[in-house]
Amino acid sequence: MSVNRFWIHRKKTLGPGLKQMDIEAPEIAAKAKPGQFIILRTYENGERIPLTIADLDLGKGLVTIIFQEVGRSTLDLGMMEEGNYLTDFVGPLGRPSEIEHFGTVVCVGGGVGIAPVYPITRALFEEGNQVISIIGARNANQVILKDEMERVSQSLIMVTDDGSGGEKGLVTDPLRQILNKIKVDRVVAIGPLGMMKAVSQLTLEFGVPTIVSLNPIMVDGTGMCGACRVEVGGKTRFACVDGPEFDGHQVDWELAQQRSRMFLAQEKVATESGGGECGCRR
Amino acid sequence: MPEINYVRELMPTQDPAVRVTNFTEVALGFNPETAIKEAQRCLGCKKAPCSKGCPVEIDIPAFIQLIQKNDFSGAIAKIKEKNTLPAVCGRVCPQESQCEKLCILGKKGEAVGIGRLERFAADFEMKQDQTVVVKSAPSSGRKVAVVGSGPSGLTAAADLCLMGHEVTVFEALHTPGGVLVYGIPEFRLPKDIVGREIAAIEKMGVTIRTNMVIGKIYTLDELLNSGYDAIFVGTGAGLPYFMNIPGENLNGVYSANEFLTRANLMKAYLFPDHLTPIALGEKVAVIGGGNVAMDAARTALRLGAKESYIVYRRTEKEMPARREEVEHAHEEGVQFRFLTSPTEIVGDEAGWMKGMTCLRFELGEPDASGRRSPVPIKGSEYFMPMDTVIMAIGQGPNPLVPETTPDMETNRWGNIIADESTGCTSKTAVFAGGDVVTGAATVILAMGAGKKAARAIDVYLKTLG
Repeated sequence: MSVNRFWIHRKKTLGPGLKQMDIEAPEIAAKAKPGQFIILRTYENGERIPLTIADLDLGKGLVTIIFQEVGRSTLDLGMMEEGNYLTDFVGPLGRPSEIEHFGTVVCVGGGVGIAPVYPITRALFEEGNQVISIIGARNANQVILKDEMERVSQSLIMVTDDGSGGEKGLVTDPLRQILNKIKVDRVVAIGPLGMMKAVSQLTLEFGVPTIVSLNPIMVDGTGMCGACRVEVGGKTRFACVDGPEFDGHQVDWELAQQRSRMFLAQEKVATESGGGECGCRR
Repeated sequence: MPEINYVRELMPTQDPAVRVTNFTEVALGFNPETAIKEAQRCLGCKKAPCSKGCPVEIDIPAFIQLIQKNDFSGAIAKIKEKNTLPAVCGRVCPQESQCEKLCILGKKGEAVGIGRLERFAADFEMKQDQTVVVKSAPSSGRKVAVVGSGPSGLTAAADLCLMGHEVTVFEALHTPGGVLVYGIPEFRLPKDIVGREIAAIEKMGVTIRTNMVIGKIYTLDELLNSGYDAIFVGTGAGLPYFMNIPGENLNGVYSANEFLTRANLMKAYLFPDHLTPIALGEKVAVIGGGNVAMDAARTALRLGAKESYIVYRRTEKEMPARREEVEHAHEEGVQFRFLTSPTEIVGDEAGWMKGMTCLRFELGEPDASGRRSPVPIKGSEYFMPMDTVIMAIGQGPNPLVPETTPDMETNRWGNIIADESTGCTSKTAVFAGGDVVTGAATVILAMGAGKKAARAIDVYLKTLG
């Protein structure tokens, strides 16, 4: 088989358990659009991990991914270093974001969800939208891409759960203030399911169209297996090919949360089985 | 003239009680003595009706005669003139409804075990250092892209390569083979064997690029514009169907595609050495009666399910699965619930399924497929406690290529419309075959389609001057 291995051009630690990698994949870099994702396997026995694309470097043919180490597979990925190769890297997958001149847009990124919201924010900004960005995280150490987001927004608001960076509170706090004050034409929200749900409920009150990006459990990412099914507007959709972006007001959030827990027991086994005897990774 | 022997040699198999605890192959294959004995049953009919039943046109009496003469290398070389995946076909072809169905011996007794002999010859070759590499024609200077590395794509690729064309196969997953690697279980078709047959195709000169989702990374038009003179699309039946009944999205409900992909491609049976898991309960129901359903039910037992059921709305007689697969499932303890179909999957507070409401059926008039159609019996609902449900009611064509190729016609189910004898589509230079055209069928029919399309593509390329 023709060997296609994917070189880790650069690795950066962005915060505790938060890592960025620039992967050499020129064909994907040339083709990918904001909102799309890739699937990678770190090594031969690894899981297929879906990650939304955070940035592209067309000149160097690089695709940037940002991930949080939450279980065995992301911990293993995080142990890869610059100069190492990933076994598999496939994309671009999913449908691109709708980028148009909407008017005033609020882009909301929560935690590691700031990474996928960034290229969408940039594209909306470049399209001439008035962009207000809200980024939030547990604490100041977990805030990523603040400078990048600032550069592509007319204004940026940062919030943290503990007040260690920006204002203390949730992303929905400043969002409610904005919605009370000005007319917003569109909201894009990416982050934990709970955050996207809360944002969607809030914007529904104000009747503002809201796009969310779902990251359910996937296997192939090409519509072949249906592991990633979600319900949107009462209809079953496959997030990998019909999404990952959907109308936040139509998503069945309870189902999405329930399905995200389908393999919790196995994930625990996998995490405990890895990391060597020293327990250095726990 | 030796006496006609109407009884075929038995295929040795792993004991059911043992094999249900492992993923190693069920059928163990003939040894040389048995193979020769079985080959000697062949009458060597001049008209060779068997060959007419073979979608890839193998000269069956010729290879069997070589086995009779102890010339196993000759036998495999003869098969490989027509078939690039003999070890695969010898295992998973429904020979009983193709070549063996037409065997003269079958009229009074048992047909020659053609599939078993094909497998024997292929396995014999794999044990040797030297493998037969069929020589390609001189280079034509033409480039062909093959989309999908399943049975139809691999066959088209190998044949086009032999005709002297430069062939690149694009595979969406990380391992080539399509349904041979993600769908058919290890215990029926060892992945090592698939890998070797694919390696032999690469050795012929075919390039395989994995991790390439055509429709996403490149459209068909982009491939044509980047220097490919023709394209064969063999993207298979990569869209799982669900029943559209309440509760299908509860935790514990899988499509057969997901369940089998996790088990086969991702090797979940080796979890956590291989990191992709399967969450499986003690009681597993597989809905459907085809080969995929049998594979899923048997896989569930091997993964530790205490009870594995096939739930099918008609009777055993109407099941589309191969006889042999059904027998193996019976032997291994799979339980069958015929004339039964779920109307709802019922869940608990946490969103996990705990059972299904089923309806009983009786057989009515024959339908379009000629099979008697199941009619629900009013008021026959009952609850079947169950931990896991696997939907194996069929697959549709994967839409990624058609939806990015607006000038290629599809039918109302999304199948690409292609000429049966050439694979010709409505789009110039694009040919298609296999499940994406016919709907979910068999490995060998897809291979036959790949073969016909390769011939048509060769003719087309010659018209380019």
